[in-house]
Amino acid sequence: MPEAVVARDLTRLFGRFVAVDGVSFTVSTGEIFGFLGPNGAGKTTTIRMLTGLLPPTRGEAAVAGHDVRDASGAVRAQIGYMSQLFSLYGDLTVDENIRLFGGLYGLRGARLAERRTWALELANLADRRRTLTRDLPLGWKQRLALGCATMHEPPILFLDEPTSGVDPASRRRFWDMIDELAERGTTVLVSTHYMEEAEYCHRLALMNRGRLIALDRPAALRGALGQPVLELLTDAPSRAVEALRGAEGVVEVGLFGRMVHVMPRDAAAVAAALPRMLAAAGRRVDRLRTIEPSLEDVFVALVRREGGAAVG
Amino acid sequence: MTWRRLWAVARKESIQLRRDPRSLALAFAIPALLLVLFGYAISLDVRNLDLAVLDQSRSEASRRLVSTFTSSGYFRVVAQLEAAAEVATTLERGRALLVLTIPPDFEHRLAGGGGAPVQILLDGSDANTATIARNYAQAIVAGFQGAAGPLVEPRTRIWYNETLESRNTIVPGLIAVIMSIIAAMLTALTIAREWERGTMEQLAATPVRRSEVVLGKLLPYVAIGIVDVVAAVLAGRLVFDVPLRGSVVLLAGLSLLFLVAALSWGLFVSAALKSQLLATQAALLTTYLPALLLSGFIFSIAAMPLTLQLATLIVPARYFVAITRGIFLKDVGLAVLWPEALALLVFAVGAVGLALRSFRKQLA
Repeated sequence: MPEAVVARDLTRLFGRFVAVDGVSFTVSTGEIFGFLGPNGAGKTTTIRMLTGLLPPTRGEAAVAGHDVRDASGAVRAQIGYMSQLFSLYGDLTVDENIRLFGGLYGLRGARLAERRTWALELANLADRRRTLTRDLPLGWKQRLALGCATMHEPPILFLDEPTSGVDPASRRRFWDMIDELAERGTTVLVSTHYMEEAEYCHRLALMNRGRLIALDRPAALRGALGQPVLELLTDAPSRAVEALRGAEGVVEVGLFGRMVHVMPRDAAAVAAALPRMLAAAGRRVDRLRTIEPSLEDVFVALVRREGGAAVG
Repeated sequence: MTWRRLWAVARKESIQLRRDPRSLALAFAIPALLLVLFGYAISLDVRNLDLAVLDQSRSEASRRLVSTFTSSGYFRVVAQLEAAAEVATTLERGRALLVLTIPPDFEHRLAGGGGAPVQILLDGSDANTATIARNYAQAIVAGFQGAAGPLVEPRTRIWYNETLESRNTIVPGLIAVIMSIIAAMLTALTIAREWERGTMEQLAATPVRRSEVVLGKLLPYVAIGIVDVVAAVLAGRLVFDVPLRGSVVLLAGLSLLFLVAALSWGLFVSAALKSQLLATQAALLTTYLPALLLSGFIFSIAAMPLTLQLATLIVPARYFVAITRGIFLKDVGLAVLWPEALALLVFAVGAVGLALRSFRKQLA
């Protein structure tokens, strides 16, 4: 499959701060490629460099075969972009925004009319076409933004945290739209900090502190730890975390809601030793079971292996 | 550059403008306000100056002198003083701008033909008005003494503005000031607003070119500027009775040139500073204030110190004020106004160039 996006040693400095640090990856045509990581991990800066909005300090990147450094009209006609914050015109109606972006992408006549209808349907806003955009709920605005960004049927789509702050039902609906576009052959690069959304991606780039710490399919990433995770229900979860941190055979321990997740070096051995270790700290084990690691477990473990803390 | 994208930007900009009450007020209410303010309220003409009279002569001749003052239209008698002691307090308290003292022997000396002096004391705290009042008063007294006056008498005649109505010079100049305001306040906001709201990022990711954004944003404001100019010219002609003697076509063409220069300067400031607050202040300082103070609109350039005179050379409004006054009052054409027209052309091309250069589609 041809390569839609190639990044090699992509680096961006802001003063002495390294926002993106030597990131390399390749995205195939038709792929849904996710950037996962906390705020400040470098996802937005990476996407801005790929869309030509920010020149890289070092390294290179090509989008649809064009070098991003001379991101001229030719490249921009090939991409759609949704920025992190809602950035359509709030004082324009739904339809006026759609027409504006149609015009900016050079559409006209029958094709413009056809794409307008398409965008309204995609965003499910046909009966709101005369509503001022600022009066729409955030989830609806984001659907409209996606419609506007894809007016010209771009082969490559960049979405920077498109569902940030959007309610779960609207997020689900938004991802249906992304799937629909990907099925038609659109390459989608999307960033998120929602772990469950990351599961929808074909491949995931885990980012922390400007660096790419892992890149694989979600299932492969989950299996990367090589061990299951122990999920513990106890009477005082935060005390239990303190008691277990740094205990023998424990790689990482963290609080997930009311549950304590323990990443063991050897699951069977730690599971056997756990009740004794907790009893020594005066805590009780209400329930203990082994579960498949979540992406969050993987992320935390990988960051720990890198020897640093996650930003966020 | 394609017209489609340029038009898309212009269309969007005018829809936003239409829905923004603040911009609409700036575009139409402020020019109307200025026109009324300068056209009616602020007049540089001196009329009905407050005059106090201490008539110690109490004669037929002294009454004739006072009535010559009042019938001129420039003075009105607000107080008849009884004693010399009142003169100082009258001026101190501002009850009158000038005090005319007619000595007891006024009629007698007048009849003697040897000249009859009168005293005129002026409140000089407003130097301009005092100077004008003194000139008027001297002229009246000289005229009154007629027979005993100087042998050579200049007969002056004013051209172009025969009645020396300041309104006739203010209204044409006002067009330049009004357009400078639109530039200062309106275009200075547009690009900075998009950076502040984050919409520029979305715009920048489309194939739209810099020139299309800049010119597309310029178009709606040029249209507003034209409406304002036409309204100001019509108001000047119909409401304020200012004569429009020269070519309307030439006036329209040169107004357009000035508009493009002033509006593009606003866009440049907006693109360079990326902040609505900073851009508005910078635009006010660089366009509106010079247009008001250094264009010759109110203060004569010839009367300024040399350094200020040199500073006016880089104020586009200076050339435009000369143009509007020339066309309105003198009926002169390009044969006379070409240096001013050329200067505006240079400013227009320069400002568009600056706006294009300073506007970047990149975020950092």
